Amino acid sequence: MRAPTAGEVLLSVDDVSLAFGGVRAVTGVSFDIRKGEIRAIIGPNGAGKTSMLNVINGFYQPQRGRITFKGQTRSRMRPYEAAIGGIARTFQNVALFKGMTALDNIMAGRTLKMRRGFFWQIVRMGPALSEEMEHRLLVEEIIDFLKIQHIRKTPVGKLPYGLQKRVELGRALAMEPDLLLLDEPMAGMNLEEKEDMCRYILDLNEHFGTTIALIEHDMGVVMDLSNRVLVLDHGVKIADGTPAQVQADRAVVDAYLGVSH
Amino acid sequence: MLGPVLETLIGGLLTGVLYSLVALGFVLIFKASGVFNFAQGTMVLFAALSLARLSEFMPLFAALALSIAIMIALAYAIEFLVLRHLINQDSIILFMATLGIAYFLEGFGQSVWGSDIYSINLGFPTNPIFVLESIFPGGLLIDPTELIAATICAVMVLVLAVFFQVTRVGRALRAVADDHQAAQSVGIPLGQIWLMVWAVAGLVALVAGMMWGAKLGVQFSISLVALKALPVLILGGFTSIPGAIVGGLIIGAAEKLSEVLLAPILIRTFDLAGGGIENWFAYVLALLFLLIRPQGLFGERIIERI
Repeated sequence: MRAPTAGEVLLSVDDVSLAFGGVRAVTGVSFDIRKGEIRAIIGPNGAGKTSMLNVINGFYQPQRGRITFKGQTRSRMRPYEAAIGGIARTFQNVALFKGMTALDNIMAGRTLKMRRGFFWQIVRMGPALSEEMEHRLLVEEIIDFLKIQHIRKTPVGKLPYGLQKRVELGRALAMEPDLLLLDEPMAGMNLEEKEDMCRYILDLNEHFGTTIALIEHDMGVVMDLSNRVLVLDHGVKIADGTPAQVQADRAVVDAYLGVSH
Repeated sequence: MLGPVLETLIGGLLTGVLYSLVALGFVLIFKASGVFNFAQGTMVLFAALSLARLSEFMPLFAALALSIAIMIALAYAIEFLVLRHLINQDSIILFMATLGIAYFLEGFGQSVWGSDIYSINLGFPTNPIFVLESIFPGGLLIDPTELIAATICAVMVLVLAVFFQVTRVGRALRAVADDHQAAQSVGIPLGQIWLMVWAVAGLVALVAGMMWGAKLGVQFSISLVALKALPVLILGGFTSIPGAIVGGLIIGAAEKLSEVLLAPILIRTFDLAGGGIENWFAYVLALLFLLIRPQGLFGERIIERI
């Protein structure tokens, strides 16, 4: 178990509510993510965890509340602003560019880092070409880090699920994110793959100082990895604290075991 | 015998370049959204109508410039009013949207520009050119309008091919077509990409409509040119720019040659009337291709992990 970090607040979510028609996905949730920490978001199915991530990186537009990221407060994030601000993410059901190779997928993560404006990247000559080479170097480092050299040139649609998840993490890393959102990074993995993924996440956090927010169902993993844990149930925050505090919380136990009140 | 066949082949290839251009319009939008743009044919008609009617009031180059502006504005309107609201929807939804755009544009074009037959006069020379007179008696006849049209189309096709093929834009297009959310999450500007491909597809439609309109007059049937692009796409692959070029040439040449070579055989052997082969031959060719190589000559291999 790891201690909470004392870093400054990188992102704070303030009283956010989100509804789809009459269905309330998130109701009045507030929490923050500090620089350099691993922040877990847990809760039973349908608790609003993924909705929360989607609000943070702008896929969903909350009806109420504010999001402050790097000191800038807004009522909604746009996906492009989130990406430019340094928020990268992976998806619950792996969202890769299936027809492209692992290498191209990860290169796509460099889109915003290409210095030349989008329309000027068109001419792949001279300075633009050497720029492409620079990015290739960094991408190769990521590929080494994730140990996926052998599948660089494989179209990702052909890869087994565990490796797809790793490529997806690579694409997010290629953005050199300030905040990395991981939506169930270990879902559908076997024990060995889970351990690998845990090591990558810890390495990222400890060696590169990447701030990470992750959704995970495996409680062992959550307790081992995270500095602080946010617990949602039916779209409402029911607990927030260190893994130990959360584990001992009566409401959390009830939510998971389904005790009637 | 060789003379007429060659003449037909040349005529077929020249027409084929035009097919390539129309097919290219489809490929661009398919690459960026994974959707067959049903409205491409109507865009050809709409662009041709704009050019024809505007050129009644002003010199051709001014009408052309204004038509370009109209097609870009149209792309903007489509992106702003339709596409951006369909992010993360299934591709069938996007396809239905292009259907809606097609029928709207068809009616709207008539409301604005009228529904008669209009002509576009590009001022090209009309006297036929004869080449290789020393080898073939009487030489080979080439229609200069077709030659100029084909040259313009070829230049345009090449410029676009380089633009989209040799560049990183290609990667972004594929990314957008594969997964909207994932593309957004890495900061690919979806709106800009769509705006760009629809604007380019509009310009392609304008050139195609201009050439076709100059040849046949601007009328509703112009939008059916788009249907000729279908076999081209199946042959070349929906996602491939070189495929659109080669496919267009093959279809153009094949359908003309079928008329000259296949018709006599049908008439002699089976005692058929033998007409109209040009109309169905391309589609039969496309069907054969679907059976043998469904991804087309240059298309991406279809990957499905089950």
